[in-house]
Parts: sequence; structure tokens; C-alpha cells
Amino acid sequence: MIQSQQAARFQPSETVDFVIVGSGAAGGIIAKELSTAGFSVVVLEQGPRLTETQFDHDEFGTFMQSKLANSPATQPHTFRATPSDKAQKAQAVIYGRLVGGSNAHFTGNFWRLRPSDFNEASRLGGVPGTGHVDWPITYDELEPYYTKAEWELGVSGEPGPFDPPRSRPYPMPPLPVKSSGVLLEKGARALGLHPQPTPMAINSQFYNGRPACQHCGFCLFFMCEFRSKSTSMATMLPLAEATGRCEVRPGSYVARVETNPAGRATGVSYFDEQKRLQLQRAKAVVLCANGAETPRLLLNSESSRFPNGLANSSGVVGKYLMFNTYYGVNAQFEHPVNEFKSVQNTRMVLDYYETDPKRGFYGGGGIDARFGKYPIIFALGGLPPGSPSWGEGYARSLAEQFSRTMFFGTHGTSLPVEANSVAIDPSLKDAWGLPCMRVTYKDHPDDLKNAAFLSAQALQIAQAAGALKTWPEPIEPQSQSVHLLGTCRMGNDPKTSVIDRDHRTHDVRNLFICDGSSLVTSSRGQPTETISALAFRAGEHIAAIAKRGEI
Amino acid sequence: MHDLHTRRTFLRAAAAAGAAWAAADVVEIEEALAWAAQQTAEQRRDFSVLTAEQAKVLDALTARIIPAVDGRPGAREAGALAFIDRSLSTFNAAQKSLYADGVTDLNRRAAAKWKGTADFAALTAPQQDEIIREIEKSRFFQTARFDTIVGTFALPSWGGNRDYAGWHLLGFDHQPRFQAPFGFYDAEVNRRDKP
Repeated sequence: MIQSQQAARFQPSETVDFVIVGSGAAGGIIAKELSTAGFSVVVLEQGPRLTETQFDHDEFGTFMQSKLANSPATQPHTFRATPSDKAQKAQAVIYGRLVGGSNAHFTGNFWRLRPSDFNEASRLGGVPGTGHVDWPITYDELEPYYTKAEWELGVSGEPGPFDPPRSRPYPMPPLPVKSSGVLLEKGARALGLHPQPTPMAINSQFYNGRPACQHCGFCLFFMCEFRSKSTSMATMLPLAEATGRCEVRPGSYVARVETNPAGRATGVSYFDEQKRLQLQRAKAVVLCANGAETPRLLLNSESSRFPNGLANSSGVVGKYLMFNTYYGVNAQFEHPVNEFKSVQNTRMVLDYYETDPKRGFYGGGGIDARFGKYPIIFALGGLPPGSPSWGEGYARSLAEQFSRTMFFGTHGTSLPVEANSVAIDPSLKDAWGLPCMRVTYKDHPDDLKNAAFLSAQALQIAQAAGALKTWPEPIEPQSQSVHLLGTCRMGNDPKTSVIDRDHRTHDVRNLFICDGSSLVTSSRGQPTETISALAFRAGEHIAAIAKRGEI
Repeated sequence: MHDLHTRRTFLRAAAAAGAAWAAADVVEIEEALAWAAQQTAEQRRDFSVLTAEQAKVLDALTARIIPAVDGRPGAREAGALAFIDRSLSTFNAAQKSLYADGVTDLNRRAAAKWKGTADFAALTAPQQDEIIREIEKSRFFQTARFDTIVGTFALPSWGGNRDYAGWHLLGFDHQPRFQAPFGFYDAEVNRRDKP
């Protein structure tokens, strides 16, 4: 274990070097990078700090009572598909509300982008009517930070035939294959495809003081009580606090980024656990609050100097929201697969990753083999359509099929569409009196065509694997997501982007942003490793800028 | 430790379902009988929201939504009703009248169809199913089905899934750790790959 110094404690009135809003995938990494570089750091997190003894396997509380997520009761928001629809209260965006953020209870999938993701728009000519553009950075520039993320966090995997170039192998071998993985391999090979082990940010062996996965089966939306999941909560925050220069302050609900007449950020106003308004002063502010809360915070930080919201001279804050697509095929097999054991998935197929213009639409993605449904969700809707929904036949089907059912999940692209956005709802206020967000989202037609294409391939794999019964999830427009991407996009042009290639906002010299909002394109449905790599790179660059006295 | 737990769960389920006596030895039968007696006692206890009559009818309804079959426990054995009562006294309080009206409706339908019937709970299982088929699209039934499922499969701390009976029904083994092989197909590959 880390021999930690006492974690630092600061008074809000003390001007620290950096205040970071959000403690998830990006916030934890940047806190560690900045504090180990010698800076004083306060991390504000709206949720509570839970320890391993408080983690549980409570499906109902977690999925149906929003125990670990943003609360629809105290932090409502509205949703509409298009600007001409009336927005209604909804749970359109879901994120982790605890120290560690959504990253604390993510599944662990850890896919790199490929070189093509960064320049696809110019290579393919872009998609009319969308904001599909190239990234201002290349894969080669990000590669060292993908490697850093894999080694500093801890990733189990094995490169596949289509993987991008890497400067180091994975630090750990793949996790043991599950029955779902064996079946995916069988079906994919029969079709001439190239299945490979899924890279997971979960230890397959003892690594950096944390034990190997114990295969309890509760990864998706649950925290790991063994600390085998390589979250920023388990790996980065302890290192940040051990410097004695970093304080993680839970129960801190941020209201505004404060600015002075010179247009510089002076700190962050937040409500503490007693709902008292506090001001944490800082020399610089880093927003890592996720792709929904970061733009909301900027828009709520409007002032006479920044009437359209902070860092929004471009007008694109909150725009180009991307959800990714997630559909797939359910399948029943003759023998037990027991998917409730071990990690969510162990094998995937990336043969359809690249956009193929011959298909007639933009997009690509991956297919993996998954558990998918915990007991309640399985009982509510895990049986094939037309199955009995109550009575003896229902009870018998549950007993026979729970252990024999698996899911071939498909993960696909979303195009950046300007109308898809996080904005401020004109009337709704949260329990702290702050304006709530209004989410607008309608999948681009190509996104749904790509999702249908991937689902059709997944169906073929399931059938080739020998499934007794298969039934695809319907391809319906999305109105809810946990992937919140693209709303403060990175770019070289201050007129069309919010942050520059160093994650500094074009408009405010000492305001930085790094989280899902920074992404220019959506990834193939697994954005976390890219958010992590960007955070390692941003942390290094911000520290260098600060050391040069250029903040 | 785990084997004992599984065997107990099975016996309790078997006792409640009135099945599988032949296989059990005397100690086990005594244990199962004691458990069954405790069940009856628990079913008679006061509920915080439901009246005794409502509880009786809803208990019968949950037992038809997920009946005990093939020696496995169902929603009644899992104590789904305790979850429903507790949820109506807390986060589901807004649905109290939906449940009250739903029970009244079930009893009215029972009496209309079979003259002199005291209530829905007094009917035979096939009769109860006949009534459920009339109302299975209703908001009341869909709500009761949802809550019965949650009460059967949620963590016991929510009030139902007594002794993990619901998870036993599914074949969902809840353990802090497992080891490979996990299922049939990965075991098969491991057998094939090893000399």
C-alpha cells in the first residue's frame, strides 16, 4: 500500500493552485498529475465518499433508486428529441454521483481509439449537416498517454489483429475467458471474423498493490470491493492524497465558476453538505464534471462579461452531444453459461470498426459477449418476446433460462449533430435553486443504420455459435445515455471549439476542461480509455504551462 | 458453509411447496417444519400499510405471478409481499390507492364469477388465473407484477427475497468470489485444451 501522508485540508478562503470540479476518470488522474508535480489541489465532488465496506450488490437501489447516480428528485432535467418538441422531465443523462464518478462503477472496457478516429472526417469527406471534423491532435500524439493510462491504472489484455500501434504491451494478460467469450469466438471464427480478448481495466493478477479480480460478477454499475477494478478512485486519488497537497472534498455541489473583471477565473462557488454557499479560491480551475454537468456549469456561470455563458464565445458550449449507440442480440444456449460470474465480457470482435463507404452510411463499432442482465432486470424483460410474463410457465422459464442467456452487445458511433445538446432549461430549478439542464437528442440516421448493421452481424455470430434462440433488441431512437460526450469540443479554431489542444479554454486563460466533453468524435462506443489518456496528457501539459508561469 | 445454506434454502423451499419430503432425513424435516411454522407466523404479522385482508389477497396474487414450481420457491416463499408493504409505506406511498382499488376489484370479480366467494384468496389457482387473465393489461396488475419481481429478486435488505429464495429460483449463485471455469462452454474448452 501507499505510505500516505495526511491528505491535505485547505480552507476555501485559501487560494490553492488548482480547484478541480469532479473526481471521476479525468478528475482523479489530473488531481494525481498536478499534485505529484508539486501543486496544491482541491477536488470538489458533489457525491459522498464511500469506502469498500459500504459497497454492495444492490441492483434495485442502484438501477431503480439512483442510489449512486444523479438524483431525478433533487437534480431533475428535461429532455426533448428535437428543438421543435416540448421538453419534458426525464432521466436522459445518468452519471455516477460519488467520489470516483461514473468511473467508480464503470464496466472496465478499455478500448483505444485508432489513428483513423482522429482524421476520419477529412479522409472520408465528412458527413453533410453534421459537425464531424478532425481532432486537433493525432493518434501518435496521444499514444504515449494511452500507454501511460494502461500501465498506471492497470489493464488486462492482448493486442488483436487490427489494434493500433502501441509502444508497450498490456501490463497484464487477459482475464480468464467466460462461456460467452467462448461462444463469441466460435460464432465469429465460423464467419471468418477475428475475435480477440477484450481489454479491461480490471486486474487479471496482483498489480500495483491491488489484488486480481475475484470474479464476483458485479462490475457494471457497481464499485469493486476488492479494488481489482482499475478506477481512478482506486488508483489515482490515493496517490494524489499521499502527496499531502491534495484534498478531495465530497458533498460539494458546484454552482458557478467565478471570474473577475479581467476575465480570469478566481475560483468556484459551491454548496457544502449543509447547503451553505462557499467560495474555493484558486489560481486556476479545471472542469472534469462530465459531458453534461461541465457545459451546464459553464452556461450557469454567465456574467455581464460572459453573457452567453463562460468560455462560450464560440456558442458551441453544450452542443454536439454524442451518446454512442448500444444495442445487441439476446441469445439462449443449451447449457449454462452462468454469465452472472466474473467480469461483464471477455471477448470482442472489431472487424467492423472502420467506416466502410460501401455500406452506405458513416459509422463503425465493435461487438462483445456479455452478461447484460442482473436478476431483477432479467425477470422484468430477459425472456424472449412472447414468453409468459406470469404464472407457472413464467417461473419455469426464469429458472431454466437465467443461467443459459447471454447478450451479444454492439457498440457504435454517434455523429456530432449541432442540435443535440445540453442547454439550460428555461424554468426548471434543482434543490439548490440552480437552473437545470435541458437535453436535446436525436440519433443521426447514420447512427441508427450503423447500429442496425452491427446488430445484424451480432445476430449472425449468435446463430453461428449455436444459439437455440436469438432475439435482437429493437433499434429505437435513444433518449437516455451514460456516455456523455463532445459538448466542449477540442479544436484549434476559437470560433468552432471550446478548448485548445492543451485543454485550455480559448476564452479564459486559467480555465481548463477535460472529460467526455473534450471528445471531438464519439469513439466506437467505449470512450473511457480515451478520456483517461486525455487526462494524463492534459495533466502533464497544464502542469508544464503552470511551471512556465503561463497561467 | 455454502452447501449447508443451499440445502437449507432448498429444504425451506421444498417445505413451502409441500414437495420432496421423501428425500429428506428426520432432522431436515424438523428443520423444514420449523421454518414453515415461522413462515405462517410471519404471514400473520401486522403489516405497516396493508390491512390483513389486503395482505391475504396480495399474497395470493404474488403466488400466482411467480408460483413455486418444481420444488423451487416462488414469490410467496421469497416474501415479496413484505417488500410491497414496506415500499408502500416509503418510496411507493403514492401507489397505496392503486393497490387498495386493485384488491377491491379482484374480490369483486371473484364474487361476481363464483357466487359466495369470500375473496380472491379463497379461489383455487386456476380460478385466480382466470381473473388475472382479465386484468393482466391493467396498471394495477403491471404494478403488482413489477413489485412482485423486485420483492422476489432484490437484495433481502429491501424486505423481500427472504433467505435469497428468489435467487435460488433463478439459479443465481451470489458469492463474493468464483473461480474459472464459470459455465459449461469455457469448462469444455479448458477440458479440450488440456492433455
